[in-house]
Amino acid sequence: MLCRKETTVGNASNVDMNEVAIQMKNIVKKFGNFVANDHINLTIHKGEVHAILGENGAGKSTLMNVLYGIYQPTSGSIEIDGKEVVIEGPEKAIELGIGMVHQHFMLVQPFTVTENIILGDEPRKGLVVDKESAKKKIMELSEKYGLMVDPDAKIEDISVGMQQRVEILKVLYRGAKHLILDEPTSSLTPQEISELMEIIKNLTNDGKSVILITHKLKEITEAADFCTIIRQGKYIDTVKVDEVDENALASMMVGRNVEFKVEKKDIKPGKVALDVKNLHAKDYRGVEILNGLNLQVREGEIVGLAGVDGNGQSELVEILTGLMKAESGEITIEGVDIFNKSPKEIFDTGVSSIPEDRQKHGLVMDYTVSENLILQNFGTEKFSKHGILKKSAMKKFADEMIEKFDIRPRGCETRLAKQLSGGNQQKVIIAREVTNDKELLIAMNPTRGLDVGAIEFVHKYLVEQRNKGRAVLLVSFELDEIMSLSDQIQVIFEGQITGSVKGSEADENELGFLMAGGKKDEA
Amino acid sequence: MKRKFNIWEGNFIYTLLAIVIGFVVGAILLSVAGIDPSVAYGSLYEGIFGDKKYIVYSMVYAAPYILTGLSVAFSFKTGVFNIGAEGQFVVGSLAAVLVGLFVDLPPVIHPIVCMLAAAVAGAIWGGVVGLMKIKRGINEVLSYIMFNWIAYYLSNYIVISKSVKDESVEATRLVKDSARTLMSDKMVIATGCPTVNWGFVIATVCAIALWFIITKTTLGYQLRAVGLSKTASEYGGISSSKIFMSSMAISGMLAGLGGAVHTLGMTGRISQFAGQESFGFDGITVALIAGSNPIGCIFSGLFYGAMKYGGNKLTLVNAPKEVVNIIMGTIIFFIAIALLFKRIMVSVSEKKNSDVKSAKED
Repeated sequence: MLCRKETTVGNASNVDMNEVAIQMKNIVKKFGNFVANDHINLTIHKGEVHAILGENGAGKSTLMNVLYGIYQPTSGSIEIDGKEVVIEGPEKAIELGIGMVHQHFMLVQPFTVTENIILGDEPRKGLVVDKESAKKKIMELSEKYGLMVDPDAKIEDISVGMQQRVEILKVLYRGAKHLILDEPTSSLTPQEISELMEIIKNLTNDGKSVILITHKLKEITEAADFCTIIRQGKYIDTVKVDEVDENALASMMVGRNVEFKVEKKDIKPGKVALDVKNLHAKDYRGVEILNGLNLQVREGEIVGLAGVDGNGQSELVEILTGLMKAESGEITIEGVDIFNKSPKEIFDTGVSSIPEDRQKHGLVMDYTVSENLILQNFGTEKFSKHGILKKSAMKKFADEMIEKFDIRPRGCETRLAKQLSGGNQQKVIIAREVTNDKELLIAMNPTRGLDVGAIEFVHKYLVEQRNKGRAVLLVSFELDEIMSLSDQIQVIFEGQITGSVKGSEADENELGFLMAGGKKDEA
Repeated sequence: MKRKFNIWEGNFIYTLLAIVIGFVVGAILLSVAGIDPSVAYGSLYEGIFGDKKYIVYSMVYAAPYILTGLSVAFSFKTGVFNIGAEGQFVVGSLAAVLVGLFVDLPPVIHPIVCMLAAAVAGAIWGGVVGLMKIKRGINEVLSYIMFNWIAYYLSNYIVISKSVKDESVEATRLVKDSARTLMSDKMVIATGCPTVNWGFVIATVCAIALWFIITKTTLGYQLRAVGLSKTASEYGGISSSKIFMSSMAISGMLAGLGGAVHTLGMTGRISQFAGQESFGFDGITVALIAGSNPIGCIFSGLFYGAMKYGGNKLTLVNAPKEVVNIIMGTIIFFIAIALLFKRIMVSVSEKKNSDVKSAKED
């Protein structure tokens, strides 16, 4: 992250080891025969940032839902501020000073910031809502913790980062002393993440404790004092973050060693596969979003497109895959024109892609895994004859893919895509697109929301395509991902490529500078 | 992964429940109106099952409803709501009658040509709406409803034109005998139903063909994909415009065919309308009861046809035949509610299991 130096909360510890804020003892939560939480212990001190680390489905959310009163534990006890309590529901949790900020924001879009914060707890003056005094209280909180918001702006008009600050204010407004943040950085830009880290520091300075649910190791080493690791519902360990490194955390989380460094063999890039020249495009509002963009990706090369969200990345990918039309410019694949062609024509020419939004574009969520695996290829001889689908070929192909790409659960080819976990949904898409094996593979934020094990998997296949001599365009908001995978990094800013760095020579600060609109020679 | 069959997951039980509630509500209303529900329902039952002839009549009645039901069900699969089956049914009838009146062809061939004309007319009627949707972005529900009225007045205009109108009644002349789809005299004698015809057989064949298209073909794959997720389909290279066009045209074709089956089999002519006949709208009911399943449409169409036919007998016990409409309306209402109810039941009965499974499999 860009913010490493400023935000080492872990070192500037506010932890008061003498005062226990939350203690969960031997928490067991069973669903039927399945044990989601198996004797988990958690101790949180006043002023502490405590990370809870675990893979998707490890039982982190279950544990937090127990603490927030959404689930009742099968056995075990909870003490808040030294008193044993039974938390019957979220109302009781709020009363006890526990506040939860969910991963997916729960805000009323057309309402203002103030209206959202006071919703359900409105101060009154006679019969009317006293917005002025509410606004005053919000501004006080906002200043105290560095949670900058515009109290009169509507939610639909503000950035994701500010929406999150509104969620945190909502919780503080209700007097929370202990905050649970569920995957708080999953949709934030690097800048917004560093702001959030600052806010967390301010909160603990004030004696509040923060529980951080995450599977991003870097955030833990940067922000947390302690980390509790959960694997398959079982308590593994609680460690002092200062005393471990990321590798140790990762292997505790997945139960085996994880490769962070992606093995990339040296290959010489071949001829230009994707060539974009002077591309201009307008977004849906008619605002110029791509402004004379030039980009080349060669065979056997991963080009990473780095940039802050909203600088034209999504539009570029949509144009390259045929979902959106550009105003002017040239786009060729191996010399063949694909400018403003249909998705089908572009696919047939040689472009496959891992879309940004897997639920909207990547998968038909109500289709089975096996149906999803043939989304572009149902019409080929392999899967149909005279317009009739070959069910047995589909099943055979699905079985092969499930085996080869480790899509879980095994034998899920008749399951609907929506019944799989996020990581496995992504594996279905990877399986399909890698097997399509086109000249160019475009991947946009391919690891968003995935845990370490799944990320490793996705990276492995991107590199494999490169090693096979295919061109790969990686668009990502995760700078780490760009830096570890790319042979060449291109920085996009306001619809243009503003800088180009060799992958092996990339430096976070320099990229951050370029991403913020700096020019290379000024750096 | 064989999963244990959970009765609350299927649609059948909710449909059954909705039907039962429909009859209960009907019974309450009958009681309020001072009619003994047992007497009324008794006569309804008698009117449907009391005689072999009645059963055959129910099937004859059912044929057009099965086809309009299929039309609506098919459109649902692509995420389109074909509320225009009414108009497509009318133009289908019209095309069938005109070809039946003015073209000379040998038997067997003649009704086939009539039906083809009806199918084409219905397909055009639905297809134009589709064209307006994809070319100009006009909401199909609005144009469907307007096209219903255009068909309605077009039909009335043609019915009373000199060359078509029957001298003695406000209707067209009867189509030529060679164009009728009636079964042989032997069948008429055997069943006791003078209008016994091939309609039900045609409708059943269509239902099976449609089931095949939807589940087994690449066209069906694309239709369902677009219906379930337009964005993912387009990403996958499926042209949603083309798919909407084919779906709306095929849907119109089925309703048009319904019109042909009805006129060539039952009436032999079109009367001047005093109000919309509602075959198309009732197709919505049939499709909803069938849960948009083509095979289900055979049974829900039969149910609907039987209720319509049996409902006529209610007047014999001084009960208004509109009771049948109230029952059907209530059933639809509860089928809609059932979707909500189902979600609750599935989550209650499966919650623990599914939590276990999804958590384990992550």
